[in-house]
Amino acid sequence: MPLRDVFLPRTLDDLWDTLEQRPESMVYAGGTDLFVRLRSGSIAPPSLVCLERLNEIKGVRDEGEFLFIGAATTHGFLLAHPLTVEHFPILAKALAVLASPPVRHMGTIGGNIVNASPAGDTLPPLYVLDAEIEISSRREVRRMPLADFIFGPGEVLLGKGEILTGVRVKKLTNENVHHYEKVGLRKGQACAVASLAALLRLSPSGVVEEARLAWGSVGPTVVTLTEVEHALTGEVLSHDTLKGLIPLVRDNVSPIDDVRASAEYRRIVAGQLLLRLQQYRWGGP
Amino acid sequence: MNISFRLNGEKVEIDVRPDRRVVDLLREDFGLTGTKESCGAGDCGACTILVDGESRLSCLMLAAQLQEREIVTIEGLSDEETLHPIQSAFVERGAVQCGFCVPGMILASVDLLKRNPTPTRHDIREGLSGNLCRCTGYHKIVDAVEDAAACLKDDPCR
Ligand SMILES: Cc1cc2nc3c(=O)[nH]c(=O)nc-3n(C[C@H](O)[C@H](O)[C@H](O)COP(=O)(O)OP(=O)(O)OC[C@H]3O[C@@H](n4cnc5c(N)ncnc54)[C@H](O)[C@@H]3O)c2cc1C
Ligand code: FES
Ligand code: FES
Repeated sequence: MPLRDVFLPRTLDDLWDTLEQRPESMVYAGGTDLFVRLRSGSIAPPSLVCLERLNEIKGVRDEGEFLFIGAATTHGFLLAHPLTVEHFPILAKALAVLASPPVRHMGTIGGNIVNASPAGDTLPPLYVLDAEIEISSRREVRRMPLADFIFGPGEVLLGKGEILTGVRVKKLTNENVHHYEKVGLRKGQACAVASLAALLRLSPSGVVEEARLAWGSVGPTVVTLTEVEHALTGEVLSHDTLKGLIPLVRDNVSPIDDVRASAEYRRIVAGQLLLRLQQYRWGGP
Repeated sequence: MNISFRLNGEKVEIDVRPDRRVVDLLREDFGLTGTKESCGAGDCGACTILVDGESRLSCLMLAAQLQEREIVTIEGLSDEETLHPIQSAFVERGAVQCGFCVPGMILASVDLLKRNPTPTRHDIREGLSGNLCRCTGYHKIVDAVEDAAACLKDDPCR
């Protein structure tokens, strides 16, 4: 293996200098995706720039109506942060089943987003939360909805000299159901075969007043189905309601066959995952 | 590249390729073969080390990332004479068969018990979910960590 330079910038200014001097380098944060790809030989950048020391893009900032999460914030940090737990239980639930403790201590939310895997666990929650991402270069800061940023498996709108600097999410007030479930081949440390994030506003009598749903691992990117959200709105969150929506889900997801599961199995699971929502009908669990 | 960091309590400085994997650096350059490599891809936890007290995987870290960090490997957990309470509990409970996973299991347990000194069996399983063992069937490992937690709680055990 040829010698690869590794840079460890301490400030964004240092980072921009390095990226200008070494435009062919690749950035990484935790390396939990990148090193697995480097090892397989599918990529071979001549130099690497590690973002782990950039305090400017680490941690959580309370902006009043919004929460700003720095791109280089690790999953472990975010999962233990009181603001995540208080305002975004849906994200906390996803982080709790993402990989394993040591991988969570290294892997970052920015890496999960830029990696743009259909199985990325933070993505379905961030889609239903209408997260906005922030992209920076030396010259400008751009913002856009996460759903516009990711346009295919591993495909994102990131230009040369740009990095993802963070994610901005609006604090919620009315949603009282925060749900995330993934089905994998084993319980610990397994990529999703299918997953569902659901954010609902339920009336005291169990009627759905508002619904946001997003599925992982059943399409090239996260799948959102407005027709299912509309059909659920105004209905009682009962077994029958949910069961009635399963065909609509199965018909509208577009999974693939891979080493983990067949497309057909994923289609079935994507529908069945809806049934779990009935547990919240009376306010539990 | 010149890198300086603290390794098992001592300040060290080494001239090394910045892209050398930390697991290779520890095993080959420092002779600390307690850190194991199995999958090399983040799946098994055999290469777990503590970086500033937090469990991380040395197969997914490059030498440059050690700069100014405090690193603890299994060799640094206790001195030659005494065992760390988690190590003793593994011995007493027979939570070791071939032993290959054990350094990683123990360091992951150190991290777990620091965050959660009174874990349930479920918490222990979750906390060790990144560490695979091909021999013990895990029950005795969970028993050992449970014992160690109880023992660490009342100081006399140390
Ligand atoms: C054993 C194991 C289990 C895993 N299990 C799961 C799981 O259950 N669920 C899950 O979702 N993921 C899982 N992953 C994948 C991975 O841990 C996550 O996707 C993690 O969030 C990646 O973050 P990172 O910082 O390590 O990314 P890196 O590997 O550092 O980077 C990933 C990609 O993003 C780019 N990048 C990173 N940060 C930035 C930035 N700020 N700006 C621009 N580009 C950037 C890099 O160039 C690279 O292309 C697992 C990985 C391993 C090794
Ligand atoms: S060798 Fe590092 S996790 Fe398996
Ligand atoms: S004791 Fe052999 S792998 Fe755990």
